[in-house]
Amino acid sequence: MAPLVPSHEELERRRIVDINAETVSNIPSTDFPGHWPGESHAWSLEKFRDGFRVEFHQNKQFEASFSLIGLDASIANAFRRIVMAEVPTLAIETVYVHNNTSVIQDEVLAQRLGLIPFKGSVEGLNWMRWYKKPTDDDPDSGSNLSDFNTVVLRLDVECTKNPNASRDEQDPRKLYKNAHVYAKDIVFHPVGRQEQFFTGDGAIQPVNPDILVAKLRPGQKIEIEMHCLKGIGADHAKFSPVATASYRLMPEIKILRPIIGEDAKKFAKCFPKGVIALEPVTAEDERQHSDYQSHSGELKAVVSDPFNDTVSRECLRHEEFQGKVKLGRLRDHFIFNIESTGQFDSDVLFLESVKVLKLKCGRWKRGLTDLMR
Amino acid sequence: MPSSVHSQDNDQSMVDAQPQHQEQVEQEEEDVTELEEKRIVVLPGASETAASFQFEGEGHTLGNALRYAIMKNPDVEFCGYTIPHPSESKMNLRIQTYDTTTAVEALEKGLDTLMDLCDVVTDKFTTARDGFNASQMES
Repeated sequence: MAPLVPSHEELERRRIVDINAETVSNIPSTDFPGHWPGESHAWSLEKFRDGFRVEFHQNKQFEASFSLIGLDASIANAFRRIVMAEVPTLAIETVYVHNNTSVIQDEVLAQRLGLIPFKGSVEGLNWMRWYKKPTDDDPDSGSNLSDFNTVVLRLDVECTKNPNASRDEQDPRKLYKNAHVYAKDIVFHPVGRQEQFFTGDGAIQPVNPDILVAKLRPGQKIEIEMHCLKGIGADHAKFSPVATASYRLMPEIKILRPIIGEDAKKFAKCFPKGVIALEPVTAEDERQHSDYQSHSGELKAVVSDPFNDTVSRECLRHEEFQGKVKLGRLRDHFIFNIESTGQFDSDVLFLESVKVLKLKCGRWKRGLTDLMR
Repeated sequence: MPSSVHSQDNDQSMVDAQPQHQEQVEQEEEDVTELEEKRIVVLPGASETAASFQFEGEGHTLGNALRYAIMKNPDVEFCGYTIPHPSESKMNLRIQTYDTTTAVEALEKGLDTLMDLCDVVTDKFTTARDGFNASQMES
C-alpha cells in the first residue's frame, strides 16, 4: 500500500506551534514513523537534503545570525549546546604566583586571569592537544607539560612613581607608572614548535587588550607565570568560545478576519515596528471578502515582516481582535544567533559544533563495534 | 579532562595540522588509549530486540539528537533516553525494535543517520555563508 500523503493544510498545521493567550499547544514534533497511520516518516537523507535550507542574516566576527530551516529541534539544540559547552578553546588554567604585593588577593587575581579570552593562530590552536590532569589517586597519571599542550604566559609588572608627573596631578595613571595592569601586559613566551605556529598576528594574545586585571600603587609588584590549556565549556565557562549562542523559532502571524480602520492602527501598535503594515482596502478585496464591503479606501492590517516579532501576545488581550488573529511559531525554522568571544569567527564556531557532533557519533560507533566483539 | 571531550585521532578539527614528528605519533596513541576506557554498557535484562545502553559522559546533547535519529527508523518500536541522576554524567538510551532488526543495529543506524545529517548541514551552511559573504562584498 502506498503511504498516505497528508493534505497541504494538514502539513501547515503540523508545522506550527500554536501560541494562545495563556498556553502553548501543538508542541512536540510528530514526524515519526508510526505516529500518523498510513504515513511514512522514515528517515531519508535525500528528503532531508531537499528540505533543509540555511539563510544568513548577518555574519561578523563577533556576531553571526542565520536561519536553519527544515531541522528538528533535537538536532538544532544539540548544535547550540555543543557551541556553548564542547567546542575547545585556550584559557589560563594554572597561575603560579611568584610575587604579588598588590591589594588584590592571589586567588581573586587568578580567577580574573582565567576569564580573559585569548586568541592565537587557528592552525596553532588546532595543532594543540589536551592536557590530561593527574588524578588524586595517581599523581603521575597526568600528561607531561609540552609545547603541544601548554602555553606559557607571564605577567611581570611593578608600579613606580612617575618623576615627570606634575605636582598637582590627581590621575594615578599619570602620577605612577603601571598603576593599572591590563590584559595587554601579559606576555606570551613561546616554547618549542609554538614559535612556528604562533608568530606575528597569530601570537597568543588577549582578544581585548584593555581588560583591567589589577590596580597597583608605587612599590607594589605582580610576578606571575601562567599556563594555558585547551579545554571545553562543560568543564569551566572560561573555555566557552561564545558569549551567547541561542536560537528562537520563526514567529508566524495569521490574520483570520479583516482588521480595518482604527482597529488596524491599534493592531499594528501591538507589534514591534515593521511587523504589521497598513494597506488601503482595494476594490478587489471588497469583491472577495464580505467584511471589506463599503470599506474601500480605508486601511487594513497586513503581516509584512514576522521575523522581527517578539511574540508578546499583546494583540490577544484586546476584545476587538478576538478570533481575528492566530499567533504561532514555525517548528522547524530556527533563527540562530552566535556571539563569539573572539578566538574564532562566529560562523566557524557553528561549523565546529557540527564537526564535534559528527566526531562524537563516530567515536560511539567505534565503542559499539568494541561492544560487539 | 572532562568526560565528554571528543577525540582528535581521526577527523582533525578545522585545518589539518602539518605532518608531525615521531613524538606526535606516540601522543596520538596515548589519546587512543584514553578513549578505549569509555565504552557503551548494555544494561541487564537486554534481549535481541530490546536493550538499554548506558553512555558515559553524555547528556541531552547526544541523547536527544540520537533519540530523534533512532525514532526516525521505521523498524524501531520505541526509543527514549534518560539521565538517571543529574550528578552522574551518564545517559541511558532504551531501544525496542520489531523483529526485522536488532537494538544494536538500530543504534548503529541512528549514529550513521546523525553523521550523514552533519555532512549535509556543513555542506549547506558553507554554501549559504560563502554566498552571503560574496553578496556582502558586492554591496
